[in-house]
Amino acid sequence: MAKIKETARVLCQERLAEGIYSMWIRAGQIAPQAAPGQFIDVYTRDNARLLPRPISLCEIDREGGRLRIVYRVAGKGTEEFSRYQDGDEVQILGPLGNGFPLEAAEGKRVLLIGGGIGIPPMLETMKQIRGETCAVLGYRDSQLFLKDAFQAQGPVYVATEDGSAGTRGNVLDAIRQEELKADLLFACGPTPMLKALKAYAKEKGIECYISLEERMACGIGACLACVCQSKEIDGHSHVHNKRVCKDGPVFRAEEVEL
Amino acid sequence: MERDSGNAVREMDHGAGRAAMQADTDMNPGTDMGSDIDEKAGMTVDMEVDIAGVKLKNPVMEASGTFGSGAEYGEFVDLSRLGAVVTKGVANVPWPGNPTPRIAETWGGMLNAIGLQNPGIDVFAQRDIPFLKKYDTKIVVNVCGKTPEDYVEVVERLGDEPVDLLEINISCPNVKEGGIAFGQDPRAVEEITRICKAHAKQPVIMKLSPNVTDITVMAKAAEAGGADAVSLINTLTGMKIDVERRCFALANKTGGLSGPAIKPVAVRMVYQVAGAVKVPVIGMGGIWTAEDALEFILAGATAVAVGTANFHNPYATVEVIDGILAYMQRHGVQDIRSLVGAVQG
Repeated sequence: MAKIKETARVLCQERLAEGIYSMWIRAGQIAPQAAPGQFIDVYTRDNARLLPRPISLCEIDREGGRLRIVYRVAGKGTEEFSRYQDGDEVQILGPLGNGFPLEAAEGKRVLLIGGGIGIPPMLETMKQIRGETCAVLGYRDSQLFLKDAFQAQGPVYVATEDGSAGTRGNVLDAIRQEELKADLLFACGPTPMLKALKAYAKEKGIECYISLEERMACGIGACLACVCQSKEIDGHSHVHNKRVCKDGPVFRAEEVEL
Repeated sequence: MERDSGNAVREMDHGAGRAAMQADTDMNPGTDMGSDIDEKAGMTVDMEVDIAGVKLKNPVMEASGTFGSGAEYGEFVDLSRLGAVVTKGVANVPWPGNPTPRIAETWGGMLNAIGLQNPGIDVFAQRDIPFLKKYDTKIVVNVCGKTPEDYVEVVERLGDEPVDLLEINISCPNVKEGGIAFGQDPRAVEEITRICKAHAKQPVIMKLSPNVTDITVMAKAAEAGGADAVSLINTLTGMKIDVERRCFALANKTGGLSGPAIKPVAVRMVYQVAGAVKVPVIGMGGIWTAEDALEFILAGATAVAVGTANFHNPYATVEVIDGILAYMQRHGVQDIRSLVGAVQG
């Protein structure tokens, strides 16, 4: 597998919810190599904003050479992306990082848990797992973006902070309320959610993999900006800092200190 | 055009042409040695420069801390094309660095406060030096420390290693001890330079901080201490505040500013230092393109380093090399050394 910077072309873009956008892009070189849980770096056209934005892959069409990213407008860079039209060019680097270990999920009961903007990468992961899958999605309110796409793959449980849909509360409240059973958890979302899931998995004695987020510069493991605290000595700097971009973003939950 | 030129450089770097470029042109400046070079590439040019007796095939390296030890960027560029690879700072023992967030984007630049996370000299010598030896490039090891004894320990360990140059980091703004503490007082600069020189087997480059009243004073102090070259600039200390959350953007509060935003400051300082010392100057600070690199060379830099640009474009180093070559051909410049300090007026 080779990482590459390529000029992708926007195929279509739509707004899924307030501040949440979905973009399909043609990326003939990156898409055929991409795996669920990996991410791409997306560059703005405004060179005054020089760092790429790391965005997870929501769907991968290897044969068609297409990628789907679903992202939140979090600043000026993502705001620029949200204005892109069909046919526009966009520079991307990828595929980056290590995805979810699909082989560990084979034949297992797997809960795919996404919180907020951590929801998108769980979709392709759910599509590719050869096991018994079930999604648990945590939203702020009733703007349940991507829920239908998950439902096409299997059962979906929803939690909303304001109680407007599904279980009132967070994803763990939904898991408990619905008494969902699993052999394995795959999760992406805010740190408090991941922390709670790590504790839950430990309590239940089940395996858990989590996808982390940190501010990044290079995206390839050179600059050491995006480190997270690791339990064991890391292989790169021989301290306790794993690189989210290169050693992750998906880690075994016990591997990292949150 | 640029692509053709790049191929020509590659041929020269790897084949008989390389020997011609590195050795013969020294003795016969101006002689066209490029008979085996693709005609389309145009005029043969000599991009070789000399830093303290170490010959670099071209003046382009990358700036310490932006490139690891080359392994990650080796997936994008042929490291053998670089004049030298400058490693991230290495200390006597592993350093964990600072808490996150360690970086923040700013207008035309970025702040970083990585805090010199590194594996220490033992792992570095075992893993990174053998990796770099596989490439046809020079190895510059950036050395950091908290005390003079730390620097000496690393410098002595490197004495028996196949590295070409040492770059002593006395200018990192993101560590509490060492780093910049040695770089803001001329007596301290001279003293740490003298100590490193006394223990070093390789030529010593002192990396200078721009966070001083007069950088020429520090450059002269390094020269007085026996420095074989100086490199500048390290990052400018800065700060960013997140107004929505009313907190610092970096866990360390302050960080080093790099990127195109600092280039005019860096060019000015290189110009001043080149006029103040006799040792070679390695220029850096916001180099994005060949034109940027040429500004530094015309200001007096013998060699240049591409830093933050790597984060924006992993091919930046080789694009700068190709661009300098194209510039030389376009302007009929046969020897890169004729451009060093050649700014007029």
